[in-house]
Amino acid sequence: MSHRARLGQYRLTSPAGRFAVDVGLAGAEWYRSDVPRKRLKELMGRSDMPALRDCVLWLGLAGGAAAGGVALWGRWWAAPCFFAYGVLYGSASDSRWHETGHGTAFKTRWMDRVVYQLASFCMMRDPTVWRWQHTRHHSDTLIVGRDAEITAMRPARLARIVLNLLGLVDVPVALRLMAVHASGRLTAEEQTFVPPEQRRSVYRTSRVWLVIYAATVAAAAASGSWVPLVLVGGPRLYGASLFVLYGLTQHAGLGENVLDHRLNTRTVKMNAVNRFLYLNMNYHTEHHMFPMVPYHRLPALHEQVKDDLPAPYPSMWAAYKEIVPAILRQLRDPTYFVKRELPSTATPYRGPLDGLLPAAEPVERMSVQPG
Amino acid sequence: MSQWIRACAVDSIDVEDVAPLVVGERHLAVYHSEEGEYYATDGHCTHERALLCEGLAMDGVIECPRHNGQFDYRSGRALGAPVLVDLRTYPVSVRDGYVYVDIDG
Ligand code: FES
Repeated sequence: MSHRARLGQYRLTSPAGRFAVDVGLAGAEWYRSDVPRKRLKELMGRSDMPALRDCVLWLGLAGGAAAGGVALWGRWWAAPCFFAYGVLYGSASDSRWHETGHGTAFKTRWMDRVVYQLASFCMMRDPTVWRWQHTRHHSDTLIVGRDAEITAMRPARLARIVLNLLGLVDVPVALRLMAVHASGRLTAEEQTFVPPEQRRSVYRTSRVWLVIYAATVAAAAASGSWVPLVLVGGPRLYGASLFVLYGLTQHAGLGENVLDHRLNTRTVKMNAVNRFLYLNMNYHTEHHMFPMVPYHRLPALHEQVKDDLPAPYPSMWAAYKEIVPAILRQLRDPTYFVKRELPSTATPYRGPLDGLLPAAEPVERMSVQPG
Repeated sequence: MSQWIRACAVDSIDVEDVAPLVVGERHLAVYHSEEGEYYATDGHCTHERALLCEGLAMDGVIECPRHNGQFDYRSGRALGAPVLVDLRTYPVSVRDGYVYVDIDG
């Protein structure tokens, strides 16, 4: 299969998606480590306090950094302020979006909903479309033609990944999709996972967001200053790099079309600052196996199941020493993937480690259809 | 037509917990609320049919283990995406220390 044809298989409207449904890879039962019900209930238990603390810290630091940056505007000391603001807005919002999207950050449900809307806005992700897209990612993790959240395809679109360290693909795409949604349409791919009764809220949200961005641009033009754009929208560009770097550690280079998160997902040890920014999503294998467990209980869940999982990567550096060569090799040989070794204490995996794609077919063109 | 089935002993489900009830091919879920009441619903999530007995019961809500979809288990009402279709509920009665479910109710 040519590289171009293989990349075409990642589209949700591709033959690979239909193939995955036909062979039972879609919506399948995934392996889960055995955790006694009583212990799992403890781990799933909800509390407002950890997320309230982390939210106050997140918004307080972002507000302080923004105020400092504005006060020091035009001086060099504004740069570290806006760096911090950018990271908190353009990167830390990703994990807040993720955790509140699962509804596990807070015990009080309206708090999850409020933070979800705010973080979705910061990340320029429509709250409805991305909720359904992420639902699909959990049903069909790294299933080709089913999972729309595969960042490093085989072969990887390397330029896209590098440009996205500054949001240079994501942001134009998000603005284009906002315009598409505001006109009352969804893309053909979005139509495969957003139910018809949910589409009106997509159109409504994008119209509100476009008004906010238009007002920001108008404020910048009227004041003759970049400050409004540096504060709203801009951080999704200049602050995005960390979330891209965190996100790539999750699945890049690992086997596709396997029904076991131990083989297609990484757990990476990170320091306290990264775990605050990333809300413990470095325990990613555990999160995929048990999405009911809130982020602040993932370290405890890791201790519970670690003997059944491949050894965690000791650092981001260690993970990238595997990821970068794997992605580069996949540029030449898309059949290559990293095989995760299960420890002798783990329940063995007996299925195929990778593969299961249909024969090559012409690449489909992306199209926009009325919703 | 009613068909009452003895589901379990009252003390076999913790408060704020859920247990499976399998009758032939059918899967149901039985709940014990914080107020001490018992409820029963279909056992599979209406989204992608995950088993609700593996989820989290809290404040009258069952949260699905697969995508965190939430249902009010007292009424069966789906509380929002990704669950959009309500759960079927069943009459429950408690007699002589046992929970009974009318699986045709
Ligand atoms: S299977 Fe229950 S929410 Fe998806």
